[in-house]
Amino acid sequence: MVLRKYGIFIAFITVVVILSIVCPSFLTWKNLLNIVRQSSIHGVMAVGMTFVILTAGIDLSVGSVLALTGVLCASFEHTGLPVLLIVIVTLGIGALIGTVNGLIITKGKVTPFIVTLGTMSAARGLAHIYTNGQPISGFGDGFRYIGASNFLGVPVPIIIFVLTILIAAVILRNTRLGRYTYAIGGNEEAVRLSGINVDRFKIAAYAISGLTAALGAIILTSRLNAGESIAGTGYELDVIASVVIGGTSLMGGRGGVWGTLIGALLIGIINNGMNLLVIPSYWQLVVKGSIIVGAALLDRLREK
Amino acid sequence: MKKTVQFMILIVFASFITSIAGCRQGPKGEDEIVIGLSVPSLSHPFFIYLTKNVMDEAQKLGVEVIASDAGDVAARQMSIIEDFIVKDVDGVLMSPIGGNVLVHVGADNVEGGRVAARYLIAKLGGKGNVIELEGTPGASPAIDRKKGFEQELAGSNIKILASQTAEFQRAKGQSVMENLIQAYSDFEGVYAANDEMILGAVEAMEAHGIDASTVVTVGYDAIPDALEYIKQGKLNATIEQFPGEQARRALRFLVENIRDGKNPPSKEIYIKPVAIDKSNLGQAEDKVD
Repeated sequence: MVLRKYGIFIAFITVVVILSIVCPSFLTWKNLLNIVRQSSIHGVMAVGMTFVILTAGIDLSVGSVLALTGVLCASFEHTGLPVLLIVIVTLGIGALIGTVNGLIITKGKVTPFIVTLGTMSAARGLAHIYTNGQPISGFGDGFRYIGASNFLGVPVPIIIFVLTILIAAVILRNTRLGRYTYAIGGNEEAVRLSGINVDRFKIAAYAISGLTAALGAIILTSRLNAGESIAGTGYELDVIASVVIGGTSLMGGRGGVWGTLIGALLIGIINNGMNLLVIPSYWQLVVKGSIIVGAALLDRLREK
Repeated sequence: MKKTVQFMILIVFASFITSIAGCRQGPKGEDEIVIGLSVPSLSHPFFIYLTKNVMDEAQKLGVEVIASDAGDVAARQMSIIEDFIVKDVDGVLMSPIGGNVLVHVGADNVEGGRVAARYLIAKLGGKGNVIELEGTPGASPAIDRKKGFEQELAGSNIKILASQTAEFQRAKGQSVMENLIQAYSDFEGVYAANDEMILGAVEAMEAHGIDASTVVTVGYDAIPDALEYIKQGKLNATIEQFPGEQARRALRFLVENIRDGKNPPSKEIYIKPVAIDKSNLGQAEDKVD
């Protein structure tokens, strides 16, 4: 019974306990902050992805959207725009790319996998074209505040991550958008027949995913002190894995952002733990893959 | 991302191509030479720089170069070369994603790793602890740079505390270094198999309040950002293997062969990698102003 209800938590706790025993530097306040800060990037992106997956969709373009919006916000910073404006414009561009994805998926009736696969390639290409492949680096203190500083002792990326989770949780629980997101994933046809504009809510899900990819881009670019067109390569895997091992069903309609939070932290802990244990590079790929599949398996026990 | 710096010349004689493609009409003049250039990926600054050097040199030599991006996929590079043959080019210049090398002009990544190790040994007085950041698992420059570095260090009293991959990426260099800082505090040097990773590591150390002057940092590739960091005193050194010179020399060999039937002096020509630090910044191919 316990396993059924809390599968992912058990997987999470198991990994934490094992790492705490075998690696003394793991369970320290500094390292825990470090893990959450590192997880905040794929974490915020996973929040947007949760909306998309709840509608039974998928967004493969998030890593490339991160690259494109990242180099754009880096170049905005170099033009001397105020930080708040940079953030708003960058988030807007991310949401716009997501909206385009959503429009093609709903109005063009092309499967999300193909549409976002195309966007994944095109957005990456645009990022390379925009920068000619060269990094845009060196930012002022104002912009660097977002990714590289603390507020009341807590790293700012963590605060952004927590706020994003809270806002998403409220939206999913208490708004029409949230309820329809679940409903569409549960039975799209039934929702459509009850006279609800399904397309609008599906487009909103992709727009949110684009927006959170841009948010991840802002944090990463600020933290790294550089915007690069190769940034975020392969991030879609960590992001999708965070959502799915967090218990959100790829078939839609079931799950939520709290599970995604645990999933994102688990991915962060795996990356951190492998470094602390100095696991050889080739083995890291095997270990990470096995833990992801193991966690997902454990979670599926709930359904039985 | 594969920085296969083995710049290979695949010498394909015009007559041979004619017999395959069978569509070239009449004799060609010197100014009609067209060369296909294939690099693993045009999304990396290293190959963009290399391509630019080929283009500039081609203009000087009065030949036309068509460049193509293989997106790091060996099979795609193969079809690009096939396309070149269909397009009836006179020769192909390529930086191969694996495969047999007929003749190559390049830098020795193993030697580059040794140069980096020698720099660290000299700066640390032959003893101390270092952290190593490796490239993408399985990529040949990652393997070679690691091999040379570790072979050379084995002859000193320097210990490698940890060697972890950061996949040639700056963001990964930052997060892996952040993680390693949690477990190790007693290191005097950091070596990364490319500049992107060392710049990420430098950012991680700076954020953790580690004084840059207490740790010797060495990157690889001499990209403009790294030279800028060296100039600002945030990075100690990087390894320069002169990709521009490699590319220019490779193209000259190919053009000489097509025009005059001359063969390169040797099947393998290496350009010696050099450690660049504040004292010899001017030697770097890319300049910082």
